[in-house]
Amino acid sequence: MADTHSVIGTKNKKGQTFTDTWEMLNEAPRTPSFFTGSEVIKEALRRASCDVMIAYPITPQSEAAALIGELFAEGYIGDYFRGESEFAVMSQCAGAAFGGARVFTTTAGPGTMRAMENFPMWAGARLPIQMIVTCRGINSPLSIQPDTLEIAYLLNTGMLVWHAETAQDFFDWILKGYMVSEEPDVHLPLALCCDGFFVTHTKDVVNLTPADMCLPPYDPYRSPVPCMDMECPPVRMMRDPFVMKSNYISYATHASWQQEVWAAVERSRKHTIRWINGLIETENIDAEVLIVSSGTAVSQGREAIRLLEDEGISCGLVKIKSLRPWPGEEIREATKNAKHIIVPEFNVTGWLAKEIKASIPNSDRVNAGPHVCGGMTMPPEIIVSEIKTLLGMRTMSLAGRGS
Amino acid sequence: MSKERIKISEDLYDIMPSDYQDLVKSATYGKEDRGWKDIGNSKELIEQHSLCAGCPESMAFRYILASLPNPEDTVMVGSTGCTSLVFPMVAVHNIHSLFGNQNAIASGLKRALSVRFPGRTKDVVVLAGDGATVDIGLDMTLQAWFRQEKFTTICFDNELYANTGGQESGLMQKGFVAKMAPVGKLFDKVRLPEIARESGCHYVVQCTVSKPSLIEKVVRNAVMISREIGPTYLQLYTPCILEIGKNSMEGLQEMRDSEKPTERFAYKEFISEPAKELLAELAAKDKEKKAAAKQLAAQGA
Repeated sequence: MADTHSVIGTKNKKGQTFTDTWEMLNEAPRTPSFFTGSEVIKEALRRASCDVMIAYPITPQSEAAALIGELFAEGYIGDYFRGESEFAVMSQCAGAAFGGARVFTTTAGPGTMRAMENFPMWAGARLPIQMIVTCRGINSPLSIQPDTLEIAYLLNTGMLVWHAETAQDFFDWILKGYMVSEEPDVHLPLALCCDGFFVTHTKDVVNLTPADMCLPPYDPYRSPVPCMDMECPPVRMMRDPFVMKSNYISYATHASWQQEVWAAVERSRKHTIRWINGLIETENIDAEVLIVSSGTAVSQGREAIRLLEDEGISCGLVKIKSLRPWPGEEIREATKNAKHIIVPEFNVTGWLAKEIKASIPNSDRVNAGPHVCGGMTMPPEIIVSEIKTLLGMRTMSLAGRGS
Repeated sequence: MSKERIKISEDLYDIMPSDYQDLVKSATYGKEDRGWKDIGNSKELIEQHSLCAGCPESMAFRYILASLPNPEDTVMVGSTGCTSLVFPMVAVHNIHSLFGNQNAIASGLKRALSVRFPGRTKDVVVLAGDGATVDIGLDMTLQAWFRQEKFTTICFDNELYANTGGQESGLMQKGFVAKMAPVGKLFDKVRLPEIARESGCHYVVQCTVSKPSLIEKVVRNAVMISREIGPTYLQLYTPCILEIGKNSMEGLQEMRDSEKPTERFAYKEFISEPAKELLAELAAKDKEKKAAAKQLAAQGA
């Protein structure tokens, strides 16, 4: 059963010191390093005291998944193997988490979609698995290019969903994510999303924590549901299986369990705010025009703001970090003075704009777009053009947009 | 886990359900020579079940649970279907997650338990129906075997989808008329025992559950071999009496009829060379132990 003495300060078999996570991430010295996003995932995992990682090749996460295999070969991960498909991999992750392991996996695009049946099961079974989603197109004809449509499908699974803008976000959030996911009053899986290629395959300066420090191990006996390891009594879980029963008790049980999963998402709010320093970040929100977005669309928004400043137009920024829990209150507050809310997105449907519209008064202030999809980049100029059009200003016609 | 773990605090004893009290008083966790003969003398690890009256699957459940060599450190994995109606009443940890992913769950589970409890025995046993094992989950069934995952897969073969009302399955006999096979099934019963052998299983048995002593033997062998060597597979005929038009009391006869040497459930067995060696070793140890016990008894007398 649960160990009563602390492992903080002791060493693991690789000589890393189990360190208080807050101290490791907020107080320990950082070393600037020039890495690709995939390499950053590996470096985060080196420090994550991960028990089981399960891999499957799909662009653009294959490199990260393979690099974590190297960590396993070096002895940093308890077990590692390649599964046979994303559906199987996510079930293997579930099995490992049911057995009390800290579990990590990575996927992308069609793989996320193939595995989809698993995600509400993970949340319902309260498995704090962390899954990196390096978003890519899910459309036919086949595309491997960046596109964030798959995130829309994850929003109603009961998983926590965060959207990283940079490799630095990624490094910190992988480690912080476990701290939120594994809280007894949360105990839910986390989909940590980023825009494929833009984050995974570009190099950036990332400030890393010391390699000789690692997270304290996961304690499965803090879980709100029993760990399936036969180390605690195998209680009879129910009088009758609820699956086939068509009666009030069955309906009430399922309904209350679904409500509990979403209540756990809500309870994660306070932990998420503490660990990632708020669900959103804001700049200059007194401006009449605000760009509100998530992922690398935020970076393009920053660039657009710089271009607008050159022309004397003031524009603020809201970066949404967590999509579940959803920062409705924060967005409402941040946008209260805005006349125009621009929501640039790397997908065709504009799911983020819809979420924002549903959260704020006077939602006709929301301009859904610009949208790019199918792997197109989002030049800051098209955001600038969209804003100037909204403001009734003349704008240069951009190539490919018609007249 | 040992039997110590299921003990009840004295202060709470009287408010615990009687089935739990029975479990503490007279279950067979930790009993080395546990087997089907304990049924009737001790608390079984299955409380009740909500299967149909006379369902051979309920017999199979009882024999298997009585025969697991190490239930105090065994975790079972089920799937969707009639078996999922029973598992909530089973006194070993068990997992239901999705339909057909049982061997994937078991792969992750077994590896997690190996990482977390090095040097300790933690057995994993999958028990699922033929739809889960052979149709929707075939990919994961086979891939777990290819990877030589160290757990036992048991398939309750009732030759159709029972829980959804008797639809055609891959293990159904050719020509059988069922829902979704309105003119009779057009292809042969999938030969999973042969496929299991070719896929790397070290111990494969196909039989019916008409004889509890046989089930005890094959379950024990399968678990011991999967613990030490690699994957094992048991395919047990548990006819769905409801869907083949039999009465409650006719399940046993149906199994006896189907296990005749010329019939499709004639006993079939494959044992790999390393598994044969292990079984011989275990038999020798068993013999030694019995001889020592006999000697001890003689000295005592």
